[in-house]
Amino acid sequence: MKKVLILILLGNLILPGLKAGGYAPGDKASDFRLKNVDGNYISMADYEDTRGFIIVFTTNHCPYAQAYQDRLIDLHNHYASRGFPVIAINPNDPAVSPGDSFEEMQKRSLEKKYPFPYLFDEHQTVYRMYGAERTPHIFLLQKEGNEYLVRYIGAIDNNYKDPEQVTEKYLEDAIQALLEGKSPDPAFTKAIGCSIKTR
Amino acid sequence: MNILFLLTILRFFEPENTEQIKVIDFESFRTGFLERRNDTLYVINFWASWCLPCREELPDFEKLDRTFPKKQVRVILVSLDMPDQLEARLIPFLEKNHISAEVLVLDDPDFNSWINEIDSTWGGGIPATLIYNKNNRVFLDRKTNYEEIKEIVNQIVIP
Repeated sequence: MKKVLILILLGNLILPGLKAGGYAPGDKASDFRLKNVDGNYISMADYEDTRGFIIVFTTNHCPYAQAYQDRLIDLHNHYASRGFPVIAINPNDPAVSPGDSFEEMQKRSLEKKYPFPYLFDEHQTVYRMYGAERTPHIFLLQKEGNEYLVRYIGAIDNNYKDPEQVTEKYLEDAIQALLEGKSPDPAFTKAIGCSIKTR
Repeated sequence: MNILFLLTILRFFEPENTEQIKVIDFESFRTGFLERRNDTLYVINFWASWCLPCREELPDFEKLDRTFPKKQVRVILVSLDMPDQLEARLIPFLEKNHISAEVLVLDDPDFNSWINEIDSTWGGGIPATLIYNKNNRVFLDRKTNYEEIKEIVNQIVIP
């Protein structure tokens, strides 16, 4: 009985970070080749001089994603020059979520003047590989040679409603930790978000 | 006399008083709804009025609410709508769709501090549904439907 209890406890500690078909902190992340709103295809390998990437799975229509648009722009503006640019990826199937079509993505990018790529996960393979479970969902990667290590997964901060009321800047703290040669802590957080729309 | 009689009957067909939707934080939600040890089965659906799959399955929960006595199965629709949007979005939606099941608004943006208390497997996406009583607990990290919930309810409800 004790063994079972211990296994259950361990499982509850490890499982939250290990969903089937997704990354956990410490895993190597795959590169991708996805179409950007400007028509060009983009991969992480295209970037010459970065220390990592702020990968965000996000959409047009989701209110939580919308609440974070400005914060993502600020994060890119602050951290791209420090080696951590944002790459936004729309994981939704427009057949299920028409507001997230490629044309709508182009409109939103223009409207908000996104300083980062907004890529279309056309076959919905990348979000599954990463294990994105909602939008927005952050995967902070650190470049080591030719590899990309996952160093933080989860929420941007702890208040989607009001940036002034944020008390935990999870993503920014994680980036700072990496810049200082430390490990992000927490390396994994959760948030409420919109489910990813798929057929 | 006839009018009084009619009004009394009509009372039973009124939707729940939507002007008084409770807005609570997670502490209150936990003590009020997550730790019940009575014989009642709790069906707790997490949704929002702007969430399309949530809207699509909501009538199924309404149907469940009308099928079972509340002492046996208590359906609670926990909305994650923003509290300043109740008049503009939530209440009109409930009225238009004749939702009389119990609705409350969970307003606690520090999500990471409580998501795992609902279920450690919850990725945070809505809709999601927790079905539990003192003996059993089932969590659906996805959209569901009447047949599926009814099946689960029949399996674990205390008669």
